Amino acid sequence: MSSLESMLQSIKANLPKQKVSYPTIPSYESGPEDLLQEFQVNLLKAGGAFFKVSAIAEAQEIVKKIHPDASVICSATDEWKGTKDSHRVQQPHEMADVDLAIIRSTMGVAETGMVWLREVDLMISSLGFLCQHIVILLDPKRITRNMHTAYRQVELDKNNYGCFVMGPSATADIGAVLIHGAQGPRSLTVMFLEEPPIKTA
Amino acid sequence: MSKIVNIVKNSSDFIHLDNVHEPMHDKNLWAAKTSREKAAAEVPEWEKLRELASQIKEHTLTHLDEYIMQFTHNAEKRGVKVHFAKDAAEHNQIVYDILSKHSVRSIIKSKSMLQEECGMTPFLEGHGITVTESDLGERIQQLYGEAPSHIVMPAIQKTTDDIAKLFAEKIGTDPNNKDAKSLNEAMRNDARPKFLAAGAGMTGANFAIAETGTFVVCTNEGNADLTASIPPLHIASIGIEKVLPKVEDLGVFIRVLTRSALGNPATEYTSHFTGPRKGGEMHIVLTDNGRSRRLGMTEFWHSLKCIRCGACMNTCPVYRRSGGLAYGATYSGPIGIILDPTFDQTKYSELPYHSSLCGSCTEVCPVHINISEQIIEWRKIMASHRLMPRGLAAGFSMADIMFKRPALFRLAEKMGYWMLKIIPKRLLYIKQNAWGRNRTMPTLAKQTFQDWYRENQKKKI
Amino acid sequence: MKIGLFIPCYIDAIYPKVGMATLELLQRFGVHVEVPLDQTCCGQPMSNEGDQKRAAGAQKLFCKNFAGYDYIVGPAGSCVKQVRMHMDAIPQLPEVKRIRKNTYELVEFLTDILRVSQFPWARFNHRIAIHNSCSSIRGLHLASRSEWMEPRFNKTEALLQKVEGIQIEHIDRPDECCGFGGTFCVADEPVSAKMGQDKVADYVRHKIEYVVSPDMSCLMHQSGVSEKQRMPLSFLHVAQVLNNGPF
Repeated sequence: MSSLESMLQSIKANLPKQKVSYPTIPSYESGPEDLLQEFQVNLLKAGGAFFKVSAIAEAQEIVKKIHPDASVICSATDEWKGTKDSHRVQQPHEMADVDLAIIRSTMGVAETGMVWLREVDLMISSLGFLCQHIVILLDPKRITRNMHTAYRQVELDKNNYGCFVMGPSATADIGAVLIHGAQGPRSLTVMFLEEPPIKTA
Repeated sequence: MSKIVNIVKNSSDFIHLDNVHEPMHDKNLWAAKTSREKAAAEVPEWEKLRELASQIKEHTLTHLDEYIMQFTHNAEKRGVKVHFAKDAAEHNQIVYDILSKHSVRSIIKSKSMLQEECGMTPFLEGHGITVTESDLGERIQQLYGEAPSHIVMPAIQKTTDDIAKLFAEKIGTDPNNKDAKSLNEAMRNDARPKFLAAGAGMTGANFAIAETGTFVVCTNEGNADLTASIPPLHIASIGIEKVLPKVEDLGVFIRVLTRSALGNPATEYTSHFTGPRKGGEMHIVLTDNGRSRRLGMTEFWHSLKCIRCGACMNTCPVYRRSGGLAYGATYSGPIGIILDPTFDQTKYSELPYHSSLCGSCTEVCPVHINISEQIIEWRKIMASHRLMPRGLAAGFSMADIMFKRPALFRLAEKMGYWMLKIIPKRLLYIKQNAWGRNRTMPTLAKQTFQDWYRENQKKKI
Repeated sequence: MKIGLFIPCYIDAIYPKVGMATLELLQRFGVHVEVPLDQTCCGQPMSNEGDQKRAAGAQKLFCKNFAGYDYIVGPAGSCVKQVRMHMDAIPQLPEVKRIRKNTYELVEFLTDILRVSQFPWARFNHRIAIHNSCSSIRGLHLASRSEWMEPRFNKTEALLQKVEGIQIEHIDRPDECCGFGGTFCVADEPVSAKMGQDKVADYVRHKIEYVVSPDMSCLMHQSGVSEKQRMPLSFLHVAQVLNNGPF
């Protein structure tokens, strides 16, 4: 089998003679002040929903109303006790019965209505994708302007997995009709809730 | 000797299939084109982003060895096993070796044009491994036994009726169920157990970041995330041209990719993999398969900038009427006709002529690939290798003789006038007269412009 | 200012009135126009197919005919685009380069060089659509491109708007290729015909009476399709409308 050296040799033998320099990318950090409003508009466009709450109990009441049939609730954050204990899950397959996943995100992106979910936020990554519905807790202070400002914060070299999630899972592969709930979560709801002051162990 | 793909006949077959398929195909892709325009209009710095994307790619490609080295080093630091494949055969063998080492009998995969290019699925299936496509459009094509028709919307040639019939046959739905929502639900329930049972998950990659050893996969369904988060083994096939220097570059590329493809700000899921999941193993198969050779082709290396958005296909009036399957290759549409001859110059020798040279593809490309110029360059190569469609060469020899000699040209005009006047319609509109099949013949003027000029204007002067 | 009038082969043989209208129009603005009589073709059919060898003869003759003029003006978008952007089968001597640089299509010559703003002799009380040929938009940039985020303009439309009585309509797909594409129209006839039929259907949906364009070659294909389907459409070159004939 080929090695890195033979691949590099092949490339070096074919490199174009005229080199092109690396451009300077503008910071793109200025713009309208109301990031929360922009985030909300784009989240709705992507098929997501949101509520503003001041306490976990409030969020839990809303969830009871919008997902009345959810019986297996698995939370990846200690702020919310679900019915399935995420700490006890060993294999990703065990998340297959989850009706509702609760995850706290550490960053939202106003330009797109995306939330950033890392393996550490999900505890087990499959939770965010095998669940039927997903609820995201997001502190509005954590909303950044756009993809440029977001990528300055992602720390990819410190996280094996991180995903920008924009609304529920979707497809338009059948007759070009847009459907939500393709393979992943059927719905995505953001609860704007301040982060707890001290993270519990 | 490879059989030449007769793209003129294939596209004609698609147009004349019925009154439903081609018009639907054309309408849906035109809608994707206009969605792109609406989305781009909302980004004031759109043209600057395209320029940046093009320059970042050109910089990377002109320094590709450095970035491949950097990417490999950083990926390995996080516990990823990186393999190197010179060509399709090596790629498939490496994948098979990893799978058999782990005793894997079934895999689930998300979309990868590279894996398609390498013929990976038939290879693995020939070795007794079940392969299931997780992307809905790819799965539909897999069930049909066809290649993907469009790189972003693989089943775009199929109507809802077609899919309803297919699902009834293959996954047992009610043949009268033509509701997109419930057909999708049926596929969701059919695919889910396969994710849970698979011994390995395979993905491609949209981008590979040298700075951190991360690769990025963009999907709307979340199928790449399911594929990577459930099975204990994740293998990613990555073409060497996917590499980008820095994380910062993603700000530019993510903003232009999906707006170009579908008119949305991004895909629903933009997934970044820098290492294996908890308790899992991750492999990358970095693959060349002709890319380094293409890098050395002065006229064509810019095609390596391609980020697989499909915007050129959506805008191409010829592609919209032909359907992707007419091209008989992994890559179709404008990007296809400049890539495919590098895989097989004879088999795809007629593809570069399947263009009216309208130029829309060049204008739409988010990384400014000069597609229409490359099309003309390919025609020069085909002409010099005598691979031009035969009728054209003969016609051009005559034309060359005539256009070089003004007196002969004027004589031909006069003869043409009398011939068209004399020949009866039924002899004129014969099968061989391609112009006359769907058009009336133009009428040559009795008095040409030059006749008129000599008679009237020259006297004045 | 000495102008050489470039009359492409198909204008000479099939649409001589376009040549007449162009010549008369330029003369109305007081321009001294000559017509080199040994001109035949710019070599585009061969060049587009990659046949450099067989395009060279026509290109050499073009440069022989048009040496020494301040500007070369032609009522043909695709031919002018060919000369300015692709005439490279012959050695690029200084005079060849000068000729190429100074070859103009009629609309751009009127707009950018002569800077004309009125056509008091012209009257056209009809509902028209402008066919923006691919060469005119993406080659010569006579109009803004829908693919680019750039300020919207259309030089052909700006001139035609000055004609009394004219009604300019916009069709659904104003800049989609009509399917002519030179030899494409016969070498790839099924797709070319479908594209032409879709274009004609677009005009008919908008109840267009006349299709006006800076590119007669496209109109040759479109009118062929339209006539075969017996559609009530007529096709004119922009010079004919701006000059008030001959129609």
